[in-house]
Amino acid sequence: MSTVLITSEEIYKLLENVKDPEISTVSILDLGMVENVEILGSDVSVKILPTFLGCPALPIIQKNVETAVKQLSSVEGVSVEFLRSPSWTSDRITEKGKAGLKVFGISPPPRQLKEDGSWHIDCPYCESTYVTMENIFGPTACRSILYCKSCKNPFEAMKPMIKFM
Amino acid sequence: MANNSSVMNTAIKELLFQLADDDFIHSYRGSEWLGLAPHIEEDIATSSITQDTMGHAAIFYQLLEELGEGNANQLAHDRPAYERRNAIILELVNGPGSYMEQPDYDWAFAVVRNYFYTQAKAIKIQSLHSSSYEPLAEVAAKVQMELYYHLMHWKTWFVQLLGSGHEEAVSRMKAAIEKTLQDFQGVFSLGEHGNIIVQQGLIESEAVLLTKWNQVVSPILESVGLEGPIKVGMAQGDGRNGKHTEDLEKALETLCEVYASNKAASW
Repeated sequence: MSTVLITSEEIYKLLENVKDPEISTVSILDLGMVENVEILGSDVSVKILPTFLGCPALPIIQKNVETAVKQLSSVEGVSVEFLRSPSWTSDRITEKGKAGLKVFGISPPPRQLKEDGSWHIDCPYCESTYVTMENIFGPTACRSILYCKSCKNPFEAMKPMIKFM
Repeated sequence: MANNSSVMNTAIKELLFQLADDDFIHSYRGSEWLGLAPHIEEDIATSSITQDTMGHAAIFYQLLEELGEGNANQLAHDRPAYERRNAIILELVNGPGSYMEQPDYDWAFAVVRNYFYTQAKAIKIQSLHSSSYEPLAEVAAKVQMELYYHLMHWKTWFVQLLGSGHEEAVSRMKAAIEKTLQDFQGVFSLGEHGNIIVQQGLIESEAVLLTKWNQVVSPILESVGLEGPIKVGMAQGDGRNGKHTEDLEKALETLCEVYASNKAASW
């Protein structure tokens, strides 16, 4: 029997192809959802942090991770596990992820909230700071709805999820 | 006498059923507002909060599944009313009529129940951060971040309607507060196993949780001109011990209809 050594770099490369099912311009790596990849012989285990507990995309992501990792012929088994801890926070989104969100018309979340709990974001299209919050809640659990008074575009933003909340 | 680990086991399961069943029926009542909320942005907000809340119920059922209580889906769908541990106030209908035929739901009752419950849940979740059951403490950390937005939302509605000076809004809100408080003690009840739940360090006592809730809600009520102590009761009994109303029976009938049509189906 011949054994081919699987490296975690190879697995991470494949995970770049697993996009958020509802935001095609960012991968689960960009979103900071992948906590750990473990390789034991020809078995790969991927540990993922759910962004929101009720997110209906989670089972789809699980399936897509399995499919992506299996593309490597030396992989025999894939297990995907959603971890309870640590909690996913919006500051896990990478710089590449933030750029990907903007391409999709979604403003990346602010790093922190102001002391009074308010937060500040700019329009993803024209960078204007002259925006209004229409609804903290949006079309998916992780997004809010805003409106840019400068370029007159409605847009969305990722909700900040920060530990002290 | 049962050994300590089996006492702990009973206590954990009891508490998990209470947390899961509360969020499950609360989320179901929230889902009945779909398409009926006062305006479109509120429809989105209510739906999003309801979806988050169902996620919380699911993770509590998941913890029960890990303890060998059965499949999470089955725990949510396939238990009769008398086995449910949710507080009675959470199961009561949104108002007269039904979703399919002339729903005449009461938004004031929704706002009051949602605000009071979300605040109570936030206090429990805070307490669960130091729960002796580590998985529950981990889940609490995650739930808390999502709850932040829910609480902000319902508090805004609560204060705006009561502080609006609008006669109908204020009188309907007051009536809803009275109705909600009559049974709101049930949310803090830890049921017949309450003593061991607290002794095992899973969560603080009913009295402590209720006091904390009072300390947060009283100033909000005072800010809209409602003074005086908040008196809560359990007029229709304690849901933690399996006592429920016809409202829950009917809700279960509706929400389990698809599941019951083929229990073996995979979705």
